[in-house]
Amino acid sequence: MTITINGKETTIPENPARTITSLLEELDVSQRLYVTVELNGDILDSAAFVTTPVNAGDVIEFLYFMGGGNALFAQSRR
Amino acid sequence: MLTESQIERYSRHIILKEVGGKGQQKLLNGRVLIIGAGGLGAPIALYLAAAGVGTIGIADADDVDLSNLQRQVIHFTPDVGKPKVESAREKMQAINPDVTVITYKEWISASNINRIIADYDFVIDGTDNFAAKFLINDACVLAGKPYSHGGILAFDGQTITVRPKESACYRCIFPEPPPKDAIPTCSQAGVIGVLPGVLGTIQATEAIKFLLGKGELLTDRLLTYNALRMKFREVPLRRKLTCPVCGDNPTITEVKDELDAMTVCDLERR
Repeated sequence: MTITINGKETTIPENPARTITSLLEELDVSQRLYVTVELNGDILDSAAFVTTPVNAGDVIEFLYFMGGGNALFAQSRR
Repeated sequence: MLTESQIERYSRHIILKEVGGKGQQKLLNGRVLIIGAGGLGAPIALYLAAAGVGTIGIADADDVDLSNLQRQVIHFTPDVGKPKVESAREKMQAINPDVTVITYKEWISASNINRIIADYDFVIDGTDNFAAKFLINDACVLAGKPYSHGGILAFDGQTITVRPKESACYRCIFPEPPPKDAIPTCSQAGVIGVLPGVLGTIQATEAIKFLLGKGELLTDRLLTYNALRMKFREVPLRRKLTCPVCGDNPTITEVKDELDAMTVCDLERR
């Protein structure tokens, strides 16, 4: 199925059991434990990641913490 | 009234129909606070001074270090060891003696931020740590002070303008700072030197547009930039009704220091 991640159409295998939590693992998203997820225009509470399913056509944005010169995380990959 | 020499100095502004003599006068009457005289603060301070923003506050407790000069273009090699706010003030006044620069050689904290932001029309976050970023957001939201958030990381940057209680704030996106154990050391992950130039000039543009009352501010959209791919993207956002500070039932009603978000360096400085 196809979803849009940070503006990019991405094809991922069908998996009815997939949630935001498992998607973060599957894609090895950086800042996985702290990343903000916007799903179809709404920012999700992180507590809801584990129960929120991912459906074909979803538009997902991963939003990362960015500090400053004292950067604390490795560069975002997406 | 603009003087002859001001008319000449600002002529390229004045001929813009969005600015004109009236708009230039608004800039000269404007008061902008820049928090952080580093990578982001450097271009912000230089451009706002050049533009004739009449009163510019700049807050930073740090001294200029040799490793700053790769990106903090307001500081020069002979400034190493000098307070950053002092080094910045000299350059801003050299560019434009019209401008009054007010320096705050202190780290912002819950105990001083309300006092410092009170005198300004617009605030710009040019800081490099999450404790400061959350503090600035909370203080500006609670005081109803519009501000520009900016963050940079390696080759990536992001910025958003916040109109408190009208548009999404930083906590609408990030409800709380990353936990302390996510912050292993104070070592620098690195940043490409031109990056804060790109983000800082966008933040300065927002301050100028706000003072002029022209155009559309970068509200309800997070602008992200990746220098390696040379891509700008806009992520549409909206104010979150459950936001802990700007939502309908806020849990944050006064400024507080995010101790958990402070790095070891922050604590050592205290």
